[in-house]
Amino acid sequence: MTETILEEKQIYPTSEFVSGKWNNEINVRDFIQNNYTLYEGDSSFLAEPTEATTKLWQECCDLFKKERENGGVVDMDTDVVSSITSHGAGYIDKSLEIIVGLQTDAPLKRSMQPYGGIRMAEGACKAYGYQVAPEISEIFTKYRKTHNQGVFDVYTPEMKAARHSAIITGLPDAYGRGRIIGDYRRIALYGIDRLIEDKKVQFKSLEGEMTSEVIQLREEISEQIRALNEMAELGRIYGFDITKPARNSKEAIQWLYLGYLSAVKEQNGAAMSIGRTSTFLDIFIERDLKEGIITESEAQEMIDHFIMKLRLVKFARTPEYNELFSGDPTWVTESIGGVGIDGRPLVTKNSFRYLHTLENLGAAPEPNLTVLWSTKLPHNFKRYCAHISITTSSIQYENDDMMRVTHGDDYAIACCVSSMVVGKEMQFFGARANLAKCLLYAINGGIDERLKEQVGPKYEPITSEYLNFDEVMEKFDNMMEWLAGLYVNTLNCIHYMHDKYCYERAQMALHDRDVKRYFATGIAGLSVVADSLSAIKYAKVKAIRDENGIVVDYEVEGDFPKYGNNDDRVDQLAVDLVSNFMSKIRKHHTYRNSIPTMSILTITSNVVYGKKTGNTPDGRKMGVPLAPGANPMHGRDTNGAVASLASVAKLPFNDAQDGISNTFSIIPNALGKDELFVGDIDLDLRVSLDCGCCESSVGSKSSYMTPLVHKAKQPEQMKEYSKL
Amino acid sequence: MDEKILGYVHSIESCGTVDGPGIRFVVFMQGCPMRCLYCHNPDSWGVGVNFGTQMSPLDIISRYEGVKEFCKGGITVTGGEPLLQIDFVTELFRLAKEKKIHTALDTSGITFVKENIERFDKLLEYTDLVLLDIKHIDDEEHKKLTGHSNKNILEFAKYLSDKRKPMWVRHVVVPEITFKQEYLFELGQFLKGLKNITALDVLPYHSMAISKYKNLGLEYPLESTPQLTKEQALQARNWIVEGYKFNE
Repeated sequence: MTETILEEKQIYPTSEFVSGKWNNEINVRDFIQNNYTLYEGDSSFLAEPTEATTKLWQECCDLFKKERENGGVVDMDTDVVSSITSHGAGYIDKSLEIIVGLQTDAPLKRSMQPYGGIRMAEGACKAYGYQVAPEISEIFTKYRKTHNQGVFDVYTPEMKAARHSAIITGLPDAYGRGRIIGDYRRIALYGIDRLIEDKKVQFKSLEGEMTSEVIQLREEISEQIRALNEMAELGRIYGFDITKPARNSKEAIQWLYLGYLSAVKEQNGAAMSIGRTSTFLDIFIERDLKEGIITESEAQEMIDHFIMKLRLVKFARTPEYNELFSGDPTWVTESIGGVGIDGRPLVTKNSFRYLHTLENLGAAPEPNLTVLWSTKLPHNFKRYCAHISITTSSIQYENDDMMRVTHGDDYAIACCVSSMVVGKEMQFFGARANLAKCLLYAINGGIDERLKEQVGPKYEPITSEYLNFDEVMEKFDNMMEWLAGLYVNTLNCIHYMHDKYCYERAQMALHDRDVKRYFATGIAGLSVVADSLSAIKYAKVKAIRDENGIVVDYEVEGDFPKYGNNDDRVDQLAVDLVSNFMSKIRKHHTYRNSIPTMSILTITSNVVYGKKTGNTPDGRKMGVPLAPGANPMHGRDTNGAVASLASVAKLPFNDAQDGISNTFSIIPNALGKDELFVGDIDLDLRVSLDCGCCESSVGSKSSYMTPLVHKAKQPEQMKEYSKL
Repeated sequence: MDEKILGYVHSIESCGTVDGPGIRFVVFMQGCPMRCLYCHNPDSWGVGVNFGTQMSPLDIISRYEGVKEFCKGGITVTGGEPLLQIDFVTELFRLAKEKKIHTALDTSGITFVKENIERFDKLLEYTDLVLLDIKHIDDEEHKKLTGHSNKNILEFAKYLSDKRKPMWVRHVVVPEITFKQEYLFELGQFLKGLKNITALDVLPYHSMAISKYKNLGLEYPLESTPQLTKEQALQARNWIVEGYKFNE
């Protein structure tokens, strides 16, 4: 008896956390604000990977290798429908694992998730030579309706046509929509019992007038409570009692991870992000370190093992899906850093530990470690971020100073740019509308330029040989009006059905009762449209028609300003386009009174969209990729990076609140001279200039080569000049 | 000074990180009298209305203003050979200094002649830093490399030294052409006589311009010359330093 008590004392700390509002209500932010320890020091405290970490990670790497050799998957589940408790415990190597839990009973074995759509589940299996068990297929075709079937039961012919022609594209109507972040920290802080208690109070508060909204919410809360109970069961499967709050840092990480695991066992959404967990967990780690229960090496080991688990998250996808996203990303985004509304940076030692996993385990795209960047972040943290970016190219950065204004200081990023307050806000993911195609529809009176079918409304097409700017703008405006309406209503159908047949009960159990919902629309083709309009306005664009009078190509005569050069003549066209389309989106009813937002953020799918978009008036040819997100078209930004970014920065965040992306790669040498030579000055010359990185160094990049842009079309003359 | 003067500009780089201190707004001027064998901007050689975009100094300043938050280093004028349009550059720098923008001139100094010294005096009044490209220290080799004598260039260096105008010396090191101990040592000795050097920039030769020549329909003169390695660049640098420190 005495022995057990002694042992407990060694494992569990004795001190209490600073109390606050969080004691009386579910309020993780309040807990963080009252208890976290800002760290402004440098990275020298960080620990190397332990032997167990290195060994375990090697085993994971072997599995990844096996997966590649197997043509994409190690194994797939074909007869167990995945749920929170569908599988027994699974391990990579039980003796080495500090943090445990897998999606199925074996690492990288892909789970089967048919609620989004049985055909997607079957297709994913088939692609890798597996077959879904016939009785499962039968159940989900005959007896249990899926989200996918629900959507197609209500789609109008026009919606189907728009989907087919890809003017609206990437819609989450056949699989999980994702983009919802459960507040997994709640489990660690409160334990499942307390969360169920809270949900029961919420349920009780919804008695009285039974409107369809109230009925829907009551049914959802019942589902959430069921999910919470199953999470507790999942804990028991792995030998933990998560009904009570975590007592130390290891439990805190484990409890939190089991919450996330529950979510990915039931949802295969396009983005399954984890939230903002590093500073929260640091509070537990900091206390354990202070009480001497763990060492820094053990703290890092736990984080390394946790991150390893997130790297193992995989879903069964079809090849088409992978093509759209260039791989099979899971978007396990973790948001790190940022600054509190009281001005204290939310940087802790654990912010460093998370980034340090990229050194201990090597670079990786997942989890998508995202630094919420602020000018007010501690200098040492900025330095470390820069160091990790240079060595691993694996950090994403987002502007905290801008998002904090809207979301406060406890928001996180879902997917790549969608910001939402953890546990209080969610979004209905809405893919995107292709505005480049919309412009072509405007010119052709709603006829699709590739399919040669009437997809849009049969408006008057343009019949003149040369395109007139005002005429095009008027028709384009009408066509966008049509597209916005169709798009919003298509999404209304999708999200109604997703809530009905593929509800995210685990994630929503870790939300407040009344969540703020964003209705996240998106656009593709921004720069193509801006340049096309600019060409029509500032150069002459001749329409080339086929035998049926459909415009299939364009000839541009003369030069025109191109988006991406900080030139207001064309940048303003892009700005107006964003504001204009967003205002059209806002005119429509959105499901569950969600708040409409818009994103400009294709990162990889722009390649596929380009294939489905015909020749455009800017001179782009059919099949050529659209620029990603809000990027200028490839090669058209000829005034360097700053001018290019300045164009993008003009886009109004208020009208694109779900995020604006600019994919930007730069070779390290273009950022200055090689680190190796900096300061390696044997020459006793006095350096009086203010930039430490450029002087007296040997660079592997010399001065800039000019981009080859102007008047290069006169090679004959060039030859003349090359002679002396 | 003619405020309406126009310059022929090849292009603008708004994120220049290697042509002077800080992140700089780099203006590439059109036109160059030299034909250096390793030139990586042959598209900037041409002079006249068929080449480049005409811009006024104010046009450039206003474009700089649009990105000045990021280009805090200042403005660098390069080319081509910017001194071919010396009056334009002078006016541009005059406007820049009115706005307290740091100005750097990247030049070969090839057009420097004593008869024209007032114009150079005027330009340097508004120039904070000169990046002087010394192509070759040996005059005969310089002629082979560029088609011109290096006399004006070395004169220009001394002139800048007399004026105590801060200067970075840039030297492209090319295997078989300038990558020789005797030349580099001699260069170091020459630099020792100057009183205004704040930095030395050793630029290893690269062959990234080959595709440009192809696009322009030009023959690339150094087709068979290998790029200079990092180690060789360090070696080159040390040879220059040896010359610089050598006491006779």
